[in-house]
Amino acid sequence: MTTDKVLMKGNEAFAEAAIRGGARLYFGYPITPQSEVPEYMSRELPKHGGVFIQAESELGAINMAYGAGAAGGSVFISSSSPGIALMQEGMSFLCSAEVPLLALNVSRGGPGIGGIQPGQADYYQVTRGGGNGDYRIPVFAPSSIQEAVDLLYEGTELAQTWRNPIMVLADGMIGQMMEPVRLPDFKPVYQPHEIAAHRDWACTGYADRGGDQNRRVVKSLRMQPEKLEEHVENLFKKYDRAEKELVRYESENLNGADVVFVAFGTTARICREACEILAAEGVKAGLIRPISLWPFPNKAFDEIDFGTTKAVVAAELSMGQMITDVRLALNGRLPAFLAHRTGGMVPTSPEVAARAKAVLEGLK
Amino acid sequence: MKRVIVIAGHYGSGKTELAVSLAMQLAAEEKKDFPRLSVVDLDIANPYFRSRERMQLLREHHVSLYADAFESTGTTAELPALTAALRAPLEDEGCRTIIDLGGNDAGARVLRQFGKYFEGDGHELWAVVNFRRYETRTVEAARAHVDAIAAELQLEVTGLVNNTHLLRETTPEIIREGYTLAAQLSAEMRKPLIHTCYPAGIIAPGALQGIPSLMPLGLYMRPAYLDK
Repeated sequence: MTTDKVLMKGNEAFAEAAIRGGARLYFGYPITPQSEVPEYMSRELPKHGGVFIQAESELGAINMAYGAGAAGGSVFISSSSPGIALMQEGMSFLCSAEVPLLALNVSRGGPGIGGIQPGQADYYQVTRGGGNGDYRIPVFAPSSIQEAVDLLYEGTELAQTWRNPIMVLADGMIGQMMEPVRLPDFKPVYQPHEIAAHRDWACTGYADRGGDQNRRVVKSLRMQPEKLEEHVENLFKKYDRAEKELVRYESENLNGADVVFVAFGTTARICREACEILAAEGVKAGLIRPISLWPFPNKAFDEIDFGTTKAVVAAELSMGQMITDVRLALNGRLPAFLAHRTGGMVPTSPEVAARAKAVLEGLK
Repeated sequence: MKRVIVIAGHYGSGKTELAVSLAMQLAAEEKKDFPRLSVVDLDIANPYFRSRERMQLLREHHVSLYADAFESTGTTAELPALTAALRAPLEDEGCRTIIDLGGNDAGARVLRQFGKYFEGDGHELWAVVNFRRYETRTVEAARAHVDAIAAELQLEVTGLVNNTHLLRETTPEIIREGYTLAAQLSAEMRKPLIHTCYPAGIIAPGALQGIPSLMPLGLYMRPAYLDK
């Protein structure tokens, strides 16, 4: 049974959704603007038989997640931009060792320690990764608290299915704002003694199985290059499948549009208001909203009305990072321009609308 | 209404919207007893959506706003560093003062250091409740929060404010449900229900007939794009 609609702050709802989706282990270190997540977890997770540990740092947290995930636990971690940066080495190791993890980045302005206001300048970090080697992490960017709840609720199962970290990128505004949400029902979870039977790779239950022939190994070290190459090629068979199966996006009003915005998270909401402003001024504007950032929804761009649309405007809370993927998806079919603020500043919808109008004027 | 109004409540119960709306309403009235009007933002728990974000609006309406020590620099740090200047409206007998606390008992704690200003009876302590917040869905849960805040502050709650809402999805039925629970809480705690709030522009007061002491709240803190 889902709940009635209740009013929740993003961070509280994220934490509750992760618990309801089956996460029972949380390791973290507080950082604004997501500190309500560890606060909520520390209070609520033990009530569901889970374990909360405040790590000594984000490095500690990601490596606790690595260990607990390797043992078959359903792990959820969260942090904000510089904290996620500290976790990048671990992300690479988890991908290599195929350890599931549900991770949340409530992003803020950077670079460096930056500030505490909302930012989207972690796009390269989450879609390209800061860890070493060939790996990929599916990333989903909700633009409402309900969407974040639904993604985090699904996230534990997705991570287990794909045996890979799954990242949800919610900018600071989505984390700090309040919105009515419906919370889904609690998913059943495996008890510790049931994990070995259901997760046949997990390093647990050895005592019950007995004998070295049943030993399970989770590792990322492969000293024979032939073996490492074979392992990475197998990982990429999985990533190729993910590129087909995990693409998610929404498109609005593309038919007959003069200009198309591309935006995710908070910025998509600003663009929606900008579309209304432009419509009142006689300019038809559409919106492509990537939900999966990797895999990027290239096919959404095939839906653009190339007979009417003159330009694409990527709206971002960064100096322009997603626009790289927008240009790859457009493949030269239309010019792409940027509407942005950075450093924690959020553009207003009239500013974004004016930028789109100026772009169209410039193309005349 | 006493000179100093302290607004406390659960995280996200709507303290800041109430503080800003109350200030704007008082600013529009003729000021007889208290020629000056101030808002003191004591929220040192939240990094976003604090009343200091509406400093310009309040100042345009001749409401002084006191917040953290970084006010003049535009810094958004959520450090527990207050400005000494905020004692001025507390000491000024001619200044009506609205104090906007942070959420829960933890957020309210900061008021303790100003205890000497609350020894007499020149203040009211309002506890705001929203029965559509996940963690205060029942009378019992709401009461636990109100009791915890009063215990932390070592002050008596003088009245309750029913602010049951779902932002733009608020309906008159939701407010009525909240009123029923708030009336029950009021009877149990033997505290008056001072106001029932409703979002102005979304709900018409005519739809709330029978509910006493209605108070309209503007959505001052919420940018319009958040509802797109």
